[in-house]
Amino acid sequence: MGYELFGLPMIYYISMVLKVLVVFVFVLLTVAYATYAERKLIGHMQVRFGPMRTGWHGLLQPIADGLKLFFKEEIIPAQADKFAFLLAPIIALVPAFIGFAVIPFGDTIEVMGYKIPLQIAAFYDTSAGKVVDLNVGVLYILGLASLGVYGIVLAGWASNSKYSLLGGLRSSAQMISYELAAGLAIVSVFMLSESLSLQKIVADQSGMFWNWYAFKQPLAFVLFSICSLAEINRTPFDLPEAETELVSGFCTEYSSMKYAMFFMAEYANMITVCAVTTTLFLGGWHGPAILPGWVWFVAKVYFLIFLCMWVRATYPRYRYDQLMRLGWKVFLPLTLLNIVITGIVASFF
Amino acid sequence: METIFFTLVAAAAVLTGLLVVTCRNPINSALSLVMTFFCLATLYVMLDAPFMAAIQVLVYAGAIMVLIVFVIMLLNVRSETAKRYTHAGFISSVVGCLLLFVSLYFLNHSSLTGVRGSLDTAVINQVGHTELIGKALFTDFLLPFEITSILLLVAIIGAVILTRSANPSTSKICD
Repeated sequence: MGYELFGLPMIYYISMVLKVLVVFVFVLLTVAYATYAERKLIGHMQVRFGPMRTGWHGLLQPIADGLKLFFKEEIIPAQADKFAFLLAPIIALVPAFIGFAVIPFGDTIEVMGYKIPLQIAAFYDTSAGKVVDLNVGVLYILGLASLGVYGIVLAGWASNSKYSLLGGLRSSAQMISYELAAGLAIVSVFMLSESLSLQKIVADQSGMFWNWYAFKQPLAFVLFSICSLAEINRTPFDLPEAETELVSGFCTEYSSMKYAMFFMAEYANMITVCAVTTTLFLGGWHGPAILPGWVWFVAKVYFLIFLCMWVRATYPRYRYDQLMRLGWKVFLPLTLLNIVITGIVASFF
Repeated sequence: METIFFTLVAAAAVLTGLLVVTCRNPINSALSLVMTFFCLATLYVMLDAPFMAAIQVLVYAGAIMVLIVFVIMLLNVRSETAKRYTHAGFISSVVGCLLLFVSLYFLNHSSLTGVRGSLDTAVINQVGHTELIGKALFTDFLLPFEITSILLLVAIIGAVILTRSANPSTSKICD
């Protein structure tokens, strides 16, 4: 491993590619089995079995669904704007997946004398003796979330259908409103950690669990969780695709793999948001040393995903005006209040 | 390596900038503008300013352009696109050519070298880009910052008053 390329050892490139591949495959598998887990979970909560026929207790259901969607006929409406129609699912899917680049999912590991941080967009600086990562990691994720809106808006507009357009417009209004509240909710976390780097935020929460920001910033934690549910269009805020009034919202006209891409984007967004919540509020990969860090990280993320599904099985959908009132008149003032309180407390103690 | 990358990004920025004005469909123009903002953000990253890049994407590409796309979709301006504004195009191209000529002239014939401040890459890497911006914004440039925020507040209040209908029964809908 003595070879060098552009002044960096070969293992740097190899570890980078491996990290990307492992995380990507892991997220894809989680997406596939999250759909299964959701159907199974909601089934049992509603005293049904959920999928049972494909494989043992329906375990092969995601593969069957994927194959089915793959072989379906591709339908593009005659009046649709073809370019935008084809582009929209891609714009929705890509930001959902590349958000993982900045999330630290484990402690630094040592392979053949090289220290490799378990975070894609990071490397170990041997001269400084610490891990260097993107120093605006959180803003990167927020920026990607705001770009993901375009996928849905474009899908709604390009389909040239009333239901799709309404779904797309609703979704963009909802995502912009709640993005603001979610962004302001995590400002109080930055005020405590004095950094935007996720590596530093996770390091601040080491030690026992009362160091987690969920306990130091309970209001921010609750607000961020609710706002992120709204931002990823999950129940009780799944208005863009409210099937009872908008048929299926922005993806009404989509079929085959393009529909599957929207579906995957939705679940990938859910996983990303759960990973961000874990990193910002639940101590990231920190946990008792009996298990390696990444196991704790995955366990926390899966627990949050479980909570999202539980919420879906429990609450009915909000009405649109209620949603807007909640976002602008309740959450936004509360987040601002939280920032003021954090500022006062942090400057006096 | 960096020069090649810069050339690629800059070329993409210019290309998408051209598409903004040449596209017949306003939605495509808006999307090209988003792409231009994205390229600009990439250039900010190359200038050791990741915070600026993130804010560029977050505010311009993520919020302002979504609102513009929103308005274009609701207004349905497709019928407008059929018209050709030849006079406006002629005048604007003449003005653009003049501006380009003037700037190129000054680039060639004057000693504009720029002023070097105290902040170079080493300082930025040591103190942190975000911290530097925050400190400058809330100490040296506090007054302009506050004036801008008051201006925005006035704009928000003005917009609320303009859109509020005199009839209370209709204003209930937009509540």
